[in-house]
Amino acid sequence: MKILVTVKQVAVVEDEFEIDGLSIDDRYVTDDLNEWDDYAVEAAVQIREAGEDVEVVAVTIGDADTEDTIRQALAKGADRAIRVWDDALAEAGLLDPETKARLLAAVAEEEDPDLVLTGVQSADDGFGATGVTLAEKIGFEWAAVVNALDLDRKAGVAHVHRELEGGVDELTDVSLPAVLTIQTGINEPRYASLRGIRQAQSKELAEYGLSDLGLSAADVESPLEQTALYEPESESDATVFEGSAEETAAELAGVLRERGVGQ
Amino acid sequence: MTVLTVAEHRRGELRDVSLEALTAGRELADEAGVELHTAVVGGDVEAFADRLNREGVETIHTIDESEEFNHDVYVQAVAQLADAVSPQFLLLPNTVNGLDYAPAVASRLDRPLVTDVVDLEYDGELTATRELYGSKVETTIDVHSETPAVTVRPAEWPAATGTGDATVESFDVDIDESAVRSTVTGFEEVSGGDVDISDADVLVSVGRGIEEEENLDMIRDLAEALDATVSASRPIIDNGWLEKNRQVGQSGKVVTPDVYIAIGISGAVQHVAGMKGSDTIVAINSDPNAPIFDIADYGIVDDLFEVVPALIEQFEG
Repeated sequence: MKILVTVKQVAVVEDEFEIDGLSIDDRYVTDDLNEWDDYAVEAAVQIREAGEDVEVVAVTIGDADTEDTIRQALAKGADRAIRVWDDALAEAGLLDPETKARLLAAVAEEEDPDLVLTGVQSADDGFGATGVTLAEKIGFEWAAVVNALDLDRKAGVAHVHRELEGGVDELTDVSLPAVLTIQTGINEPRYASLRGIRQAQSKELAEYGLSDLGLSAADVESPLEQTALYEPESESDATVFEGSAEETAAELAGVLRERGVGQ
Repeated sequence: MTVLTVAEHRRGELRDVSLEALTAGRELADEAGVELHTAVVGGDVEAFADRLNREGVETIHTIDESEEFNHDVYVQAVAQLADAVSPQFLLLPNTVNGLDYAPAVASRLDRPLVTDVVDLEYDGELTATRELYGSKVETTIDVHSETPAVTVRPAEWPAATGTGDATVESFDVDIDESAVRSTVTGFEEVSGGDVDISDADVLVSVGRGIEEEENLDMIRDLAEALDATVSASRPIIDNGWLEKNRQVGQSGKVVTPDVYIAIGISGAVQHVAGMKGSDTIVAINSDPNAPIFDIADYGIVDDLFEVVPALIEQFEG
């Protein structure tokens, strides 16, 4: 069995930041493995650890700077990795779910996985749509927002819980092959061990350009164009207490007592 | 041409986003000079159609297939209806179920998709507004397409009101059963302990800012001093530090206490959806730009590890 896990390097923005054109100035940004994808990697590695003949392949779309992030997936247990990038992607601007799914679909066709795991969404642009779009493109069944997974390989079925709003889970049986988008909380992602980090350095990391995937620059032209980026106007009319912690706590205590709290 | 919205329901109830999408759809239809249609798939479609019959809706399409949501059925039903109606704009809910079928529908219909939009404008071309980086910034996206699909964020538009005089039309779809490869087998309420945070008058709610599980003791001490109940935002539950039934938010409980004290919670939209109805909201956070301050009545911008002990002191001292 082969499991393809999609991972993304996301930008984490500091509390204070400045906007530079259509992005946030690099000085206020650090890179990290997308939180949702971390859970997807863990889900894949747990399946491999529980069964025989399971290979976990991590795939990312990103330039050379994202290599550290994909190596994190290798350090956590993925067997090998693929990084997709091309100069045409750097020039393409906004990579919308359709464009990303097109690239990942080409990788999936090459790899022929039985299961694809993705994070529900990415922490930066939060489209939340790439996994299901990919499923549609490659003709796989799917389930979005999965917070429990019980794989029955013999029957070719994934028994999943989908986390709906309001504290309700939907219980669904999904035929394999499938794409599952993984919600945080489904497991406890491991930290990469020193040994894992060392091993990751020697694992295979293949690099594909568009032509390697049978695609051309025309395939990554997005109809979506980002035209502005700005801080939303604060709608706050909160009374903010100023002073030392003792002073602000005292003021807040007064407000709370007025409302009958702690009496 | 039309704007076509698709309603959402669950376990017999039409969900609010269905009426909110009508408002978004009506605004867009006015700007583009087109009609507003809506559709409902499955369940008691006649009853749902009655509720969807609001001012400004021209046609309601009822598709009597399946009792509950099944994405394989929804994708086929909505795609076939869109083929028949040829809407200029397709508006779907940005909910867990919306995100389980909207991307597939958009891809199948070859329509560009913009998800989780909070504003829409049409000026010969659609401009969608969305948030990035956990609501820290907003971005506008021009959609270079005549026929886009978007998913609309719940609670961003008011629910449509007024009684309409829409035509209700039953639409027959031809479901390819071999393409239905998932089966919903049931529902399960989240569990974990016997505390019902939605009953509490005062909630002390804690988020990622607490950093370590051990630090929750301090929050418990505060809750005890205030005679309050402890609740939490998603990361605390994901870490297994508190039971699932303590989670406030879109995927947790919706709470409306007299006083809600958010400690180390940034205020992501999913969390705010679960607590914005609280009478008095207090936020304690070191980030002055945290979105939680936008809905707070009282705020303290400071290190929670200094403020919380001082607050405990106020009530115990």
